Amino acid sequence: MAASFPPDSVGLITPQTLYFDEPLALDCGRTLANYDLVYETYGTLNADHSNAVLICHALSGDHHVAGYHEDADLSKPGWWDNCIGPGKPIDTNQFFVVCCNNLGGCKGSTGPTAINPENLKPYGPDFPIVTVKDWVHSQARLADRLGIQQWAAIMGGSLGGMQAMQWTISFPDRVRHALVIAAAPRLSAQNIAFNEVARQAILSDPDFHYGHYYDFGVVPRRGLMIARMLGHITYLSEEGMRAKFGRELREGRPNFNFDTEFEVESYLRHQGKAFVDRFDANTYLLMTKTLDYFDPAADFDRDLSAAFHRALARFLVISFTSDWRFSPARSREIVRALVRAGREVSYAELPSEYGHDAFLMPIPLYHEILRSYLIRVAREVNAHAS
Amino acid sequence: MRPELELISDWIRPGAQVLDLGCGDGALLAYLHEHRQVNGYGLEIDTANIVKCIQTGVNVIHADLEAGLEDFCDSSFDYVIMTQTLQAVRHTERLLDEMLRVGRQGIVTFPNFGFWRCRLQVGLQGLMPVAKTLPYQWYNTPNVHLFTLRDFEELCRTKRIDILQRMVLDHSHRPWLGPRLWPNLLGEIALYRLGRA
Repeated sequence: MAASFPPDSVGLITPQTLYFDEPLALDCGRTLANYDLVYETYGTLNADHSNAVLICHALSGDHHVAGYHEDADLSKPGWWDNCIGPGKPIDTNQFFVVCCNNLGGCKGSTGPTAINPENLKPYGPDFPIVTVKDWVHSQARLADRLGIQQWAAIMGGSLGGMQAMQWTISFPDRVRHALVIAAAPRLSAQNIAFNEVARQAILSDPDFHYGHYYDFGVVPRRGLMIARMLGHITYLSEEGMRAKFGRELREGRPNFNFDTEFEVESYLRHQGKAFVDRFDANTYLLMTKTLDYFDPAADFDRDLSAAFHRALARFLVISFTSDWRFSPARSREIVRALVRAGREVSYAELPSEYGHDAFLMPIPLYHEILRSYLIRVAREVNAHAS
Repeated sequence: MRPELELISDWIRPGAQVLDLGCGDGALLAYLHEHRQVNGYGLEIDTANIVKCIQTGVNVIHADLEAGLEDFCDSSFDYVIMTQTLQAVRHTERLLDEMLRVGRQGIVTFPNFGFWRCRLQVGLQGLMPVAKTLPYQWYNTPNVHLFTLRDFEELCRTKRIDILQRMVLDHSHRPWLGPRLWPNLLGEIALYRLGRA
């Protein structure tokens, strides 16, 4: 089939995989002897390798951030396709865009579903819990292999924004710009509480088998589904939910039973079920822990601005008004620490009803800000190159 | 005739750290960065202006000045600047205090309500003043506090704010003799550099 894609699409994309045999020492004390990272790239790396942009994915994201896969639904592009492509805010005519599936993931990079070379069985729950710092180290090795000494920009929303922040602290001279969107400097007790309920849903599913469900030919569907349903509640805002679903009854009248009656129930069940088909429960457990552990200030006497003292990047921080998972107040904590550290930072708090999900939406003002910022980044690296 | 930002620039020490409250499209900070090599941030509430600042490459932080400057440490800036904004904020007094807490010096500019034309409009015509520097009607003005040079200096005296420098101009920013002799009567725009011992 000769597929025709929109002119501002990066088109058909084939993921690539790199194998790393240099052991990676992890935060938890264990070492990953070797691993694969699967990634995609769009655009062209320029002569002095200065136009590379790293996109970091969030909790349930992966490396397929833009364009289309041959074997997949051709109506469904990558998860941030509305923002990446020729002429889009992350302009692939200007930038070489890279996104990898993080370690511990379930989309091709080494994680719980991968085969443990020690016993030739899936790692399952034995896969070490990796941290944002570990991810950044593994991404730095990917950068080495791709010949990228310094990223023009590293960006991401939510957990992706946390990776961008960690990069500026772990590898200050390898990041020119960090775009931190709908993120937080660390999770609140409330955030961790939601993650814990999600984990308990999975852990208490009879099909979980202590994480070894692969051996039994089952998956903890109910647990993972409930975890995802809970997640979706925190991704939407109250006003957004009201606008989208209201209290509409699917059949127009109550049936006085526990079937799917309200539109919002239908939505959550659909999201939950769809997620089970594409995501691994052990990865979900691991990624929620990665979120819970993220706390760059912890290494600096709980002083976030001390952490940012090391950073050399310029920052763009963006939050959304109706996001209560990582509210604007959390982004302002990041901005305050950056100002106190004397870092260059711009901050925008954008009106939106989409809640936490807003960072994935093509909100005109949001995209205009990203575009405006990245045009300057492109100009800067081009001036640098010539 | 020199624009206000050039006049302010004369007061700024090269390489200073500057915070611009209500920075608009970032023109002042861009100018100060180019001519005085200053570093700093602008605070702005309007998203259209924030986009312009980002296009210009000015560090802009989305903030509501009415909420104060609690995110900023004491004496963390050499200058805190507020151009044509003081008359449009509700908590004038608190913001002045905040300016001089966060900045070693403050620079403010505002339209003079005591300008003779304004006085004539109120005194003879019985109308709220509309002038080049006060271009709004009473029902659509963003200005919530209208005050004169004398009012401002009186406030500084009671708040023990030191006036380090003053410049009084007409609407085309000419510091001619008239405003210098009778500033509160003939001055349309006032620039003050402030400090607090």
